[in-house]
Amino acid sequence: MKRGANSNIVKAFIYLALALLAITILIPVAWVFVASIKENQEFYRSPWTVPQGFHYQNFIDAWQTANMGEYMLKSVLVTALALFLLVVIALPASYVLARFKFKTKAFWNALFMGGLFINVNYIVVPIFLMLNNGDMFLRKTFGKPFFLNNLFILALVYASTALPFTIYLLSGYFKSLARDYEEAAYVDGASYSYTMLRVMIPMAKPSVVTVVLFNFLAFWNEYIISMTLLTKQELKTLPVGLMNLMAAQKSAVQYGQLYAGLVIVMLPTLILYMCVQKKLTQGMTMGGLKG
Amino acid sequence: MEKKKKSGFIIACTAPAIILFIIFMIIPTIDVFRMSMYKWGGYTAEKTFVGFENFKKLSSNPKFYQAFQNSILLIVVVTLVTFCLSLVFASILSREKIKGQNFFRIVFYIPNILSVVVISAIFSAIYDPNQGLLNSFLSLFRGDKEPILWLGSPKLVIYSVAIAMVWQAVGYYMVMYMASMANVPESLYESASLEGAGRVSQFFSITLPLVWTNIRTTLTFFIISTINMSFLMVKAMTSGGPDGASNVFLSYMYQEAYTNSSYGYGMAIGVTVFIFSFALAGILNAVTKRDEIEF
Repeated sequence: MKRGANSNIVKAFIYLALALLAITILIPVAWVFVASIKENQEFYRSPWTVPQGFHYQNFIDAWQTANMGEYMLKSVLVTALALFLLVVIALPASYVLARFKFKTKAFWNALFMGGLFINVNYIVVPIFLMLNNGDMFLRKTFGKPFFLNNLFILALVYASTALPFTIYLLSGYFKSLARDYEEAAYVDGASYSYTMLRVMIPMAKPSVVTVVLFNFLAFWNEYIISMTLLTKQELKTLPVGLMNLMAAQKSAVQYGQLYAGLVIVMLPTLILYMCVQKKLTQGMTMGGLKG
Repeated sequence: MEKKKKSGFIIACTAPAIILFIIFMIIPTIDVFRMSMYKWGGYTAEKTFVGFENFKKLSSNPKFYQAFQNSILLIVVVTLVTFCLSLVFASILSREKIKGQNFFRIVFYIPNILSVVVISAIFSAIYDPNQGLLNSFLSLFRGDKEPILWLGSPKLVIYSVAIAMVWQAVGYYMVMYMASMANVPESLYESASLEGAGRVSQFFSITLPLVWTNIRTTLTFFIISTINMSFLMVKAMTSGGPDGASNVFLSYMYQEAYTNSSYGYGMAIGVTVFIFSFALAGILNAVTKRDEIEF
C-alpha cells in the first residue's frame, strides 16, 4: 500500500516536469502568435494582457511595408531551386558511389565523408571572396557582375554545401538494396541509365523524402550564407529580412509588425512539422544527424 | 565498348557533384588555411605572406580571449544542462507509461524546426528589460525593482544566450536518446524490477550503460554544434554586444573577416577554432571510452 502512494508521488513529479518543459516551449511560441495581432500601444502594458482585438493590419504592414511578401517569394524560389539541384545532383552520384566499382571510388567516398566535418560557418567568407573575385574579373571584362546578389548562385551554394550529408544518407540506403534488381534489369537488356532512373531511384523514394524534408528546413531557416552573399536590400531571404525588422525595431518601435513577420517566417515550418513530424524524427535517427 | 560505356556513365553521374563539392567546399576550406598565413585586408588584391604572424597577433589579443572564454563556458554549460535534461526526459518518455506521450515528444522537438533568427527574436522578446516576458514574470516576486538587463549586461548576456541554446537543443537530443533507448530489451528491466531495483537504479545500471555508445557520439556533436549554434544565436541576438561581451569563436571570426575585412586574421581565428574543436572532440572521445556492452 505504501509503495503505491510513493509511486503516485513520483508519477506526479514526472508529470510536473513534463508539463514545465512543455510550457517553457509552448508559451513563448504561442505568445508570438498572440502578440502578432496586438496594436502597437498595447505593447506598453504588461506583455501578458490579452489582445483587444484582431489587429490584422500588422500582417498587411509586415507583408507590404516591411517587404516580407517580397522576401517570402525569394525564400520560396531559393529553397525550391536548391532542393531541386540537390536531388538531381546527389541522387545519381550517391547511386554510383554506392553500387559501382571503379578505381577512384574509395577516394571520393572518403572525400565526401570528410566533407561532413566542414561546416559552412567556417567557409562562408572564402566563398564570398571567391565569388567577389569572380565578379571583379567579370566587371573588368564584360562590365557586369554575376556571382554575388544572384539567387541561382545562392541556391547552388546551398545545394553544394548539403551534398556530403545527402550523399552519405542516400548512398547508405542504396548500399542496403539487393544486387538482384540491377542484375535482372541488365539481363533484360536495360542500359545503365535506364536501370538507375527506372529501377533503382524509385526504390529510394523514402530516403529522398527524408533528404528533402531536412534540407527544406535547413535552406528555409538559413541566414548566414544568404546574408553574406546577397548584399542588396531588395534581394533578401525571409530570415535575413526578419533580422532587418529586428534591427529596425530598435529605433522605430513597430512591435506588431515584427511579430507578424515572425509568424510569417515560422508558420510554414510549423505546418510542415505538424504534417510530417513522425517522418522527421524517424529520419533524424536513421541518418545520424547534422551538426 | 562496354567498359567505355560504363566509365562514361560513372563520370556523367558523379562529375556534377564532385565539381560542385570541390568548388564550394574543398577550395574554400583550403583557402581558410592558406589565407591564415597572409596579411590581407580590404578589397585590394595585395597579399603579403606573413607566416604565423596572424596567430601570434591572435594569441596576444584580449578580444580573442574573451571570445574563447565565452565559447568554453557555453560548451561546458550548454552541454551539461542539455545532456542531463534530454537524457532524463528521454528516459521518462520511453520508460514510463505517460498519457500524452506523443504530445510531449512533438512539443519538445518544436524549437528544432524554427530558424535561429526566429528563436533569437523570441528570446529578445522574453529578455526585453521593460516589456519582456521574463522581467514581468519576475516582478511578481521581486516587485518594481530595477529591471534586469538580460542582454544588456556584460556579465549576464552569455548566460542568457546559454538558456536560449538549451531551449533550442533539448528536444533534439531527447529524440536521439529515445531512439537508442528503444533498442534496450524490455526483459532487462523486467528482471531488474523483480529483483527490486527502482527507477533510478534501473536508469544507472541498465539504461545509461546500454546507450553509452550513443552518448559518446552525441558528445562530439555537442562540441561541434555548440560552436556553430552559438555563432548563429549570438549573431542574430546580440551581434556580440554589449561591447564584445557575448562574442564567441565564430562570431569574432565573422566580425574580423567579413565586417572588418581583415581576411587573413579572420581566417587564422577559423583555423585555431577548427583545430581546437577537433582536439577537444578527440580528447572527450578518448576519456569516455568504455568497453562496449553487447545486448
